[in-house]
Amino acid sequence: MTIAEPILSARDLHVWFDLGEGRELHAVRGFDIDLYPGERMGLVGESGCGKTTAILALMGLLPASASVAGQVVLEGEDILARGEDSMSPHRWHEIAMVFQGAMNAFNPVKRVGAQIVEPMELHGTASGREARQRAGDLLEMVGIGRDRANRYPHEFSGGMRQRAAIAMALACSPKVLLADEPTTALDVMVQAQILELLVSLTKDLGLAMILVTHDLPVVAQACTRASVMYAGEVVERGSTATLYHEPRHPYTRMLFAATPDLWGDEDVISIAGTPPRLDHEPVGCPFAPRCDSAFEPCATRAPKPIRVGDRHDAACHLNEREIAGATT
Amino acid sequence: MSAQEQDTLLDVEGLVTRYPIGRGMVGTVTRREQLWVHAVSGVSFSVAPGEMVALVGESGCGKTSTAQSVIRMVDADSGSIRFRGREIARLSHRDLRPLRREMQIIYQDPYESLDPRFRVRDTIEEPLKIHGIGAGKQDREDKVLEAMTRAGLTPPELFIDRYPHELSGGQRQRVAIAAALVLDPKLLIADEPVSMLDVSVRAGILSLLDDLRQAGMGILMITHDLSTAAHFANRIAVMYLGRIVEEGPARDVVRNPQHPYTKALISVVPKRDPNEQTPPQILTGETPNPVHVPSGCRFHPRCPVAEERCKSIDPELRPAKAAAARDHRAACVLT
Repeated sequence: MTIAEPILSARDLHVWFDLGEGRELHAVRGFDIDLYPGERMGLVGESGCGKTTAILALMGLLPASASVAGQVVLEGEDILARGEDSMSPHRWHEIAMVFQGAMNAFNPVKRVGAQIVEPMELHGTASGREARQRAGDLLEMVGIGRDRANRYPHEFSGGMRQRAAIAMALACSPKVLLADEPTTALDVMVQAQILELLVSLTKDLGLAMILVTHDLPVVAQACTRASVMYAGEVVERGSTATLYHEPRHPYTRMLFAATPDLWGDEDVISIAGTPPRLDHEPVGCPFAPRCDSAFEPCATRAPKPIRVGDRHDAACHLNEREIAGATT
Repeated sequence: MSAQEQDTLLDVEGLVTRYPIGRGMVGTVTRREQLWVHAVSGVSFSVAPGEMVALVGESGCGKTSTAQSVIRMVDADSGSIRFRGREIARLSHRDLRPLRREMQIIYQDPYESLDPRFRVRDTIEEPLKIHGIGAGKQDREDKVLEAMTRAGLTPPELFIDRYPHELSGGQRQRVAIAAALVLDPKLLIADEPVSMLDVSVRAGILSLLDDLRQAGMGILMITHDLSTAAHFANRIAVMYLGRIVEEGPARDVVRNPQHPYTKALISVVPKRDPNEQTPPQILTGETPNPVHVPSGCRFHPRCPVAEERCKSIDPELRPAKAAAARDHRAACVLT
């Protein structure tokens, strides 16, 4: 069996925001990710851990106050290398994004169909009657009748607007879809409809997806793999089943323990403290102050991600200790 | 009054709340038919001291309108609201005032519900001033400190002079809870108390509510999150389009749901374990708007097991035959 190349990778990606007066916020600190064709990957963590910043960096959509370093490799090409020049030919064509709150970002005075046609004309993939035809196809693909293209956003329910936002992201037939909290403001039944739609779209179109969410069960349902972010870096990644059954980073384990399960009986825990502010470089493991199993090296030395299983990596000193213990 | 009624803190019976839809000037002049949003259409439940009842449902099901009617923030059209044995549904606002301190509400968004110009002390002291409680400044300060301790803002000295922007989301919600506790309420209404908070701090807030309940407070929690309700509430009432369609002990409702709507709702809650995902039973469409309520059973147009008779029979909430607990009720002709 040949192993396919990742369609999208990030290598040692860093993002700094200029806070003025010589101060900086190091929001993303060495973000690594490999996304394979057709794969659905969850990107999880608390608010402020850098999830959204990281995927905006993948799209080259950060504000001017941000500086970015590292590599973003799309089908073998480093699209970050020459900044906007190398990024813009791929944005929306190969990588597209459904923004957080996109369902509420439609222009209220323009018909939905016209707003889906816009990116196609802007990017030169289609125009005129062909673009309108395609907008109708896209709406049907996301489960909205094509006759609704003439409606205004306020005539759509929240779930339908989210479907339309997904249709818009797919306008130029991308290969990678980045979806930022696509179900967060939705009711559980509508959430289930949208997740089902995203899963079937990835299957039907061979689309790879990164699903950003703070909701672990959503990832467990919709994704095959997940990356857990903390303080701007991926602290653990693996298959969703592995992360639940054999987490190798205390943050992953504690996040699951903080999430109530409808069928579970065990007590739900809270994680004391808050994520570190990244306007100072953290010393040692950034999670150590909140960790229930921190030991000597954690306060002083930052752990590197190491391989702990099949496509399963974690950045925690406990694993180094375990491996060292096994070899001596 | 029977012993059982005396035990009840809040007893709601046949509550109906509707809001008129503006007709506009032309509509008024031409006497176009007045349309109503039927937010709450005959809801009955009770909350005992030391009990947490969760009203669960999707947006627009009427759970928040129910809560607002109970504390008379909006006036119900009909029905009875008995608070500590006293009928308050038609009490004047003047007569209601002394009762207000006994029923407090906390809201979803602690970022919106606190005045950004108020220090923690001012926010918590304000209700005391409004209700004229406390003999002087020192007495009020003592009460503020005590409420902060009860709400888990410890040591209180660390937080009392802070502004909301200097607090985390979880701490803000604790300030909102302290401002409710300072009046020593008997009933606390918690409207989506953790939905705006990070998952890492939710358990802390919910455990705090659980402690208050164990100390004898009655809590009515409004939530869209069945998992939270299952973990922390004693009883769950599932609402759909202005009605309670199922009600019973929390475990029974979640483990042994009777109403087809509850069954569907539970089936779409994602599980933490990817290996245990079961095919969700996804209902098509969204909850219809409560202006044009379907005939018969309100759920019949979306119900996967609806029969012909469901179009005409409006089922009552009654004990479900297949339920294990006697006080587990559902409103469906098939149960």
